[in-house]
Amino acid sequence: MRANEYVVRTKDLVKEYTMGDQTLKALNGVNLDVYKGEYISIMGPSGSGKSTLFNAIGGLDKPSGGSVFINDVDMAQLDAQELAYLRCHTIGYIFQTFNLIPVMTALENVTLPTVFAGMSTDDGVERGIELLNLVGLGERLHHKPSELSGGQQQRVAIARSLANNPSIILADEPTGNLDLNTGKEIIELLKRLNRDQGVTIISATHDLKMLDVSDRIVWIRDGKIAKIEERKDIDIRIGEMEGQGEGLH
Amino acid sequence: MSAESNRAEIGRAGMRRQIKLPMTKAIEIALKSIKIRFWRSIITAAGIFLGIAFFTSVRMSGEFSAIQRKVIEAKRDAIAAGTLKPTPEDIRQVNSLSADKAETQAAEMRLKWLSIMALIVCTVGITNAMLMSVTERYKEIGTMKCLGALDGLVVKLFFIEASFLGFLSSVVGFVLGWAVISLIRLITDGLEVFGAAYWLASVQLLGLSVVVGTVLTFIATILPAIRAAQMPPAAALRVEI
Repeated sequence: MRANEYVVRTKDLVKEYTMGDQTLKALNGVNLDVYKGEYISIMGPSGSGKSTLFNAIGGLDKPSGGSVFINDVDMAQLDAQELAYLRCHTIGYIFQTFNLIPVMTALENVTLPTVFAGMSTDDGVERGIELLNLVGLGERLHHKPSELSGGQQQRVAIARSLANNPSIILADEPTGNLDLNTGKEIIELLKRLNRDQGVTIISATHDLKMLDVSDRIVWIRDGKIAKIEERKDIDIRIGEMEGQGEGLH
Repeated sequence: MSAESNRAEIGRAGMRRQIKLPMTKAIEIALKSIKIRFWRSIITAAGIFLGIAFFTSVRMSGEFSAIQRKVIEAKRDAIAAGTLKPTPEDIRQVNSLSADKAETQAAEMRLKWLSIMALIVCTVGITNAMLMSVTERYKEIGTMKCLGALDGLVVKLFFIEASFLGFLSSVVGFVLGWAVISLIRLITDGLEVFGAAYWLASVQLLGLSVVVGTVLTFIATILPAIRAAQMPPAAALRVEI
């Protein structure tokens, strides 16, 4: 496999937290390669290190050891300015708690990253409206986050994450605060963006609904990758289960 | 710009480009932030302007006492020189002046002490209000950093907000403290003390109050804002209050 087909690579990633006199290894040597345009789910129980991996890949926290490469650039080599540029242009973030700026309208939230990117106000607003239409919120441009439902807030967050055409969307438990159906809608939206816009999606989750749309599933346990499953293997397994089900009748 | 072309740009060369927020846009965001949290801002501002009002009122009564003493001293000198024909009230005032030399000094000391206390109360009030207003926005700061904001940019937003809030609240606080004390003096002492010295003292105190209020607000905001901005975004997002 050619190296430039990877959008994210981690090498022996380690993250330690010190709690009192105890050292906790949240990540303990994670090697993960993510291909361009892939939809990848990082699964694992809470406390397994999913979110820590998410933060390390997104440049939101410094790892204690090992490296993260984004488009073949070692993140540890970037200065503050370059790291900010990376967060602004290359990566879009989606969080479990949405993390919209409460005092701004949906449109202003989506426009904010374009302001940081130096886009003119008119272009930014145009882009914001386009994106909010894309996620199905064209009618709620001027609503505050508090006036939107959880699912709608997450849609705004998704539109915001796309503002500067990122190559990667990082989603940390994007359906964690949503009910079953809203969660499904959000997953479908993410999959649609992945398919139509070719954006790579890396999602830390323990929502099994994600399995259906993922190209690969990375199972994390105790800060290590337990196994990586391909989409087709899961299809086979689901098929087998269905087959067994039929066999019992 | 298509997603594809943007992606192609992002390599080592692309990383060199800078994140910028024009000052006009920064001011717009900061003012909007004050406006939208209107009641919260009013409470924050109350912490500042009550402190400054207290500070101003204490200083202003000090100024009034000094001005009054000067007026009476001038009368005493005039009476001694024979240029003023004293009324019974003037005589009473002059007598009280000479009799209470030691007491005047003690009163001055008390006022100085009160003035320092006022400044401390004012500092605590402002620090408390601003510290709270930054702390409750850690998450917002973390989010902004995820969207590509630099540390300096976050600090800049808080800088504008603090300067604006600090300046305005200090002016309001000064007017409040100054007006109340002036009114009380007008009722108790009459027009006698409202001369040029009064206006000069007022203007000086306006300057002092505004500088004290703005600087205190500024320090109380900027220090926690810098701390928050320097946190890794993940840590800022994790903060629970």
